[in-house]
Amino acid sequence: MASRTVPQRGFTLDYLMFLFTRISGLSIILLAVIGLVTAFIMGARTQMDLGTLMRWTFFPNPNHVINSDIPDLTAGWANAYWNVMQMLVVFFAFTHAANGLRMILEDYINRGVGQILLRGFFFLLWAFMLILAYNVIVMM
Amino acid sequence: MAFGKYNGWKGFTYRGGGPMLVFLLHRITAVGIILFVGLHIMASFSIQQGVWGDFGVFINTIYESFWFQIFVVFCVLFHTLNGLRITILDFWPRLLKYQREAIWLEWAIFVPIYALTIFIMIQRGLAG
Repeated sequence: MASRTVPQRGFTLDYLMFLFTRISGLSIILLAVIGLVTAFIMGARTQMDLGTLMRWTFFPNPNHVINSDIPDLTAGWANAYWNVMQMLVVFFAFTHAANGLRMILEDYINRGVGQILLRGFFFLLWAFMLILAYNVIVMM
Repeated sequence: MAFGKYNGWKGFTYRGGGPMLVFLLHRITAVGIILFVGLHIMASFSIQQGVWGDFGVFINTIYESFWFQIFVVFCVLFHTLNGLRITILDFWPRLLKYQREAIWLEWAIFVPIYALTIFIMIQRGLAG
């Protein structure tokens, strides 16, 4: 069995992504709390049911809510504030996710051409999903 | 014979312990969330832009069933709490001494919240 090399120390990709994973995880929790609170401030208590509110917290997109059989929201909910909130959640979530998948697979594929292809694949997937999400969020 | 020294179930019991179990669950729930959110965004894109045929409607009917939502809530809640535990222990490494206690605390927080959530979901799901 081949020996594993000890990773170098310092500002490597793995160290930066280690930090990013923790910070983005905390950011998503924080964004969810901010989203919940501001939704209540904007009148969610009387306009939404519990399920809608939970969806709105993570996917604040009126289009999406209409798509999934949830009662209509008033037009006042489709604004830039929620677009920015959702874009932030999606950005943190997908960067966290693509890096997490890369880490899981690099436990098995951790050298040579395989690793390069793996990283390339996850970079493309990450870019693709962000572009898709941007379209869903902004093109209403 | 000491208590617990021998029993007939030894070959069947899981011996990885709490930390191994949460490590595995963290990875499994991660993949669960990625599949859910990824398909969710693709479905929204499909319906909104009117592309890819019935794909969006097909995904919608899956994620609107409360059975699927029970699974998603498990993934999101567990991944959040376990991630929070990992973050706290990583940023304050002296707490690593209490890793096992932290895992028990995590389950003590997870179980009531999850139980209450699926109780409400099943109640509403069955009510239609």
